[in-house]
Amino acid sequence: MSQPIIISASPHVHSDRTSKKLMYDVVIALIPAFLVSLYVFGIGAFIVTAVAVISCLLFEYLIQKFLMKTTVTIGDGSALITGILLAFNLPSGLPIWMIIVGSLVAIGVAKLSFGGIGFNIFNPALVGRVFLLVSFPVQMTMWPTAVENNATIADAVTGATTLGMIKEGLMFGDTMTTISANLPSNLEMFLGLSGGSIGEMSGLALLLGGIYLLIRKVITWHIPVTILVTMAVMTGIFWVINPESYASPLIHVLSGGALLGAFYMATDLVTSPMTKKGMIIFAIGIAVITVVIRLFGAYPEGISFAILIMNAFVPLINTYFKPRRFGSKIKSKIV
Amino acid sequence: MTDSVLYSVLLLVSLGVIAALVLYVVSKKFYVYENPLIAEVDEVLPGANCAGCGSPGCKSFAERLVNTDDISELFCPVGGNDVMKQVAAILGKEVVERDPTVAVLRCQGSCDVRPKTTEYQGPRTCAISAMVYSGETDCQYGCLGDGDCVKVCKFDAMYMDEKTGLPVIITDNCTSCGACVEECPRDIIEMRPRNKRDLKVFVGCLNEDKGGIAKKSCSVACIGCAKCEDVCPKDAIAMLNNLAYIDPVLCTLCRKCVDVCPTHSIIETNFPPKKVKKVVEKKVEVKVAVIKEHIVAESKKSKTDA
Amino acid sequence: MLKTFPKGGIHPPENKITSSKGIKRMAVPKVVNVPIAQHIGIPAEIIVDRKEKVEIGQVIAKSGGFVSSNIHSPVAGTVTKLDLIIDSSGYKKQCIVIRTDAKDPSNFEEIEEPLKIDIELEPKEILQRIADAGIVGLGGATFPSQVKLNVREGTTLDYLIINGVECEPYLTADHRLMLEKAEEIVVGIKILMKALHLKKAVIGIENNKKDAITLFKKVINKGDGIQVAALQVKYPQGGEKQLVRAILGREVPKNGLPLDVGVIVHNVGTIFAIYQAIQFNKPLIERVVTVTGKKLENPSNFWVKIGTPIKDLIAEVGGLPEGTRKLVNGGPMMGKAIKNTDVPVTKGTSGILVIAEEEASRGEAKNCIRCGECVYVCPMGLEPHLLMNLSEKGMYEKARAEDIMTCIECGSCSYVCPSHRPLLDYIRFGKNIVKKLENSKN
Repeated sequence: MSQPIIISASPHVHSDRTSKKLMYDVVIALIPAFLVSLYVFGIGAFIVTAVAVISCLLFEYLIQKFLMKTTVTIGDGSALITGILLAFNLPSGLPIWMIIVGSLVAIGVAKLSFGGIGFNIFNPALVGRVFLLVSFPVQMTMWPTAVENNATIADAVTGATTLGMIKEGLMFGDTMTTISANLPSNLEMFLGLSGGSIGEMSGLALLLGGIYLLIRKVITWHIPVTILVTMAVMTGIFWVINPESYASPLIHVLSGGALLGAFYMATDLVTSPMTKKGMIIFAIGIAVITVVIRLFGAYPEGISFAILIMNAFVPLINTYFKPRRFGSKIKSKIV
Repeated sequence: MTDSVLYSVLLLVSLGVIAALVLYVVSKKFYVYENPLIAEVDEVLPGANCAGCGSPGCKSFAERLVNTDDISELFCPVGGNDVMKQVAAILGKEVVERDPTVAVLRCQGSCDVRPKTTEYQGPRTCAISAMVYSGETDCQYGCLGDGDCVKVCKFDAMYMDEKTGLPVIITDNCTSCGACVEECPRDIIEMRPRNKRDLKVFVGCLNEDKGGIAKKSCSVACIGCAKCEDVCPKDAIAMLNNLAYIDPVLCTLCRKCVDVCPTHSIIETNFPPKKVKKVVEKKVEVKVAVIKEHIVAESKKSKTDA
Repeated sequence: MLKTFPKGGIHPPENKITSSKGIKRMAVPKVVNVPIAQHIGIPAEIIVDRKEKVEIGQVIAKSGGFVSSNIHSPVAGTVTKLDLIIDSSGYKKQCIVIRTDAKDPSNFEEIEEPLKIDIELEPKEILQRIADAGIVGLGGATFPSQVKLNVREGTTLDYLIINGVECEPYLTADHRLMLEKAEEIVVGIKILMKALHLKKAVIGIENNKKDAITLFKKVINKGDGIQVAALQVKYPQGGEKQLVRAILGREVPKNGLPLDVGVIVHNVGTIFAIYQAIQFNKPLIERVVTVTGKKLENPSNFWVKIGTPIKDLIAEVGGLPEGTRKLVNGGPMMGKAIKNTDVPVTKGTSGILVIAEEEASRGEAKNCIRCGECVYVCPMGLEPHLLMNLSEKGMYEKARAEDIMTCIECGSCSYVCPSHRPLLDYIRFGKNIVKKLENSKN
């Protein structure tokens, strides 16, 4: 025999799933949403995404190589996802240096300072996004209008997000009826013709990617479905009570990155709970905080904050919501 | 203006006073009496918390020393006789002097002499690989080479030699706390008496296989030929299960056995090279194989010179 | 809807390449190395000497305690030496080496007996015979059968479950045995039902062995009280606790035995060995072994004498193919990698698996990405990632509180881990330490 026999403990076979494949599945799932944003925002979306991805990879490489002096793991796809998700949460006209700062915060502070992949408590892309949002609120809420030469959709795109318009309108004492005259229709929001950050445009594209992730078993239905249902129920209750002061649940679910957050950010493997029970608690928490921020908070949009807040509770959830141990409670009795 | 300064100063002062009062009351209320001797003894102990004495740390060892009447069974290997004498002086109890010891590695199975026949994949700790099987070589008695002993050593007295794949004990740093002896799943580390120049003669092998099998798996294995037993003038060598063992108490370090061992599995350390009347400086590291080669080379050279 | 156990489980590729290969009888080996520790518990005590002549089926090592088992000579021949030989544990263990007497006709007799249905022995005698015949659990756990059948008076017992699941990929030994010896197995079940005064028995078979299911349905008479349960294909359904849960819906309590819910589980191989021991007074000296591997020329199932070196089996299937990097004693999920081909077949050897280069290496372990996959697949409801962390960090008390001892070591967690973490390696290690701590406390 040319090489010695290998000895290892059982099992001797392994499923062909690897963390790398999981990561790249997420990247694939994000492609439709990216294409929609390219269509809506043109080259701007591409630049933001490219800058975010490249700077995330670069920071990961530099920090791991020179600061941490560990093995460089930029090939595993996690920094790539962080870059894409960060870009998806930014408006397309953001200055390039801000994107780079956001990437540095996402990779350097939120991920590597905790010890790298698997050890971070908070979703890195969201940390980067929230950092930018609180540091540069003006630039971060300047939603560019559609590509000038794209005549077909120029009318549909407005200068603010749907939720932003609602919030502003309600603040000035308008009723929902008057506000909704200016809002894009639900169908338009679903297809991706409203204003917003790069990735949250098209509900349809996000849903497609989400379904792909579900089919590939990268994520389970628990988190996204629970978030969306809870959001719909909560906002629905307010809407039924007073439809003039509160937007309809459909608007809430389709706008403000709810789908992006529910399918891609909250389900981040590292920062979500490990048990199904825990996932549902986690998702309900996200939905409740999001709705509270949206309806009563200063920001029109709250899912990023909600996810980050619930991220902090994940270790606690993992400690208290454990799978039921086999044989810990005997259901059937001997006849 | 002066008012606000005054108020803030007053406020802070009163806060401080209240906090001090609370602390004082609490410390009085929850005061636990502790024998002052314990602190005194603890002061004398090395403070390495190595657990070499059997207690989890120096503080608990101090408690044990104070609370036990007869402390002749208790010993701090790190501090040695000096510390124990001080402890005895503090407590007014009798201590028994013990000979200082040092850890030795009873395996010479480096990569060259003990070929690897299998490849282990899994967590690289001796404890786990010993659980999975007998190791990458054909010798199931020798060093596994994953360095659990090095990881457990708190005194930087061990390191893994990358060339040989074996741990090396830095005798000067070794406090004979016994952590490595405890940790090794193969029990290849032994505590042997330490003398002034750190001269030692011991069998560097634990292979209990029959001669041929042992020799096949490792060229420096003890093959159980008992030549050393025959040559030993003090009957310090005993054979058990095809393996020689040199009793450190009976051994007079005459080194007759070293010469007769056909597989060079008996290790001598820090002896000056034979037939050369120059005293070699005390080596800091005991790198067995190298020293032996050195000695062999030296003796050969002196022979040819003669 | 087919029955199965509800929590966890995986679906590794089945690769049952030998399921259509009939069981061939291996030529009697020239030399057999019979280890004295082939079962869980205390090793047997050798009662033969060097140069002693032994008959086929003669006791050569006597049960060494309560949890122990007799060992019989698989051949007629001469004891040449008592030696240390590496077995599947990876360590050298005491073996009795017997040279087969080429002239002794008993070695080469055709041992096919006609079906014998009437059970003559009384329950007490049956149990004694099982102990004498050195029968152990042939599913792989090798737990001495007489201990398992030694039911304390007053225990309520209502079901005998026959484990014909064979959920391990590759292995087909039980499947073939069920196909070829179905009637004998049914008699074996009746023997145990008589011995334990049971009225009901269920044979659990996974649905990938439809031929065995139909065959048993045909062979079993209505009044026998024996049922066939077709089960969904899912690993580790062959685990006792999972099987009881799947068939009867009863959950064996934590740290308990199937006995606690009134069930006794036996493997089909064990049942056949019991049939032979009771009806023909034949001790356990041979068993069915699947020799398999994707690259093998002629993988097949064999009747093999205990103590046969594995290299004989490998020669029988066409030798080791080029690029073989791993040899496994048992199935790919729970089998042990062995060091060389001198390792003898023991009572617990259900298969020999030859793995080629491409599949032999483990992937490099990466950081845990906390995907929770190990938690979903754990059939015992444990958190493998947590247990691994705790035993890696030496927090054994905490690990025990997290029920590390209930782990059945099925390997599902390591199988699915996308970061290739050695979860089971560490859990097993932690279990060992916790066991030691518990023992030292008692």
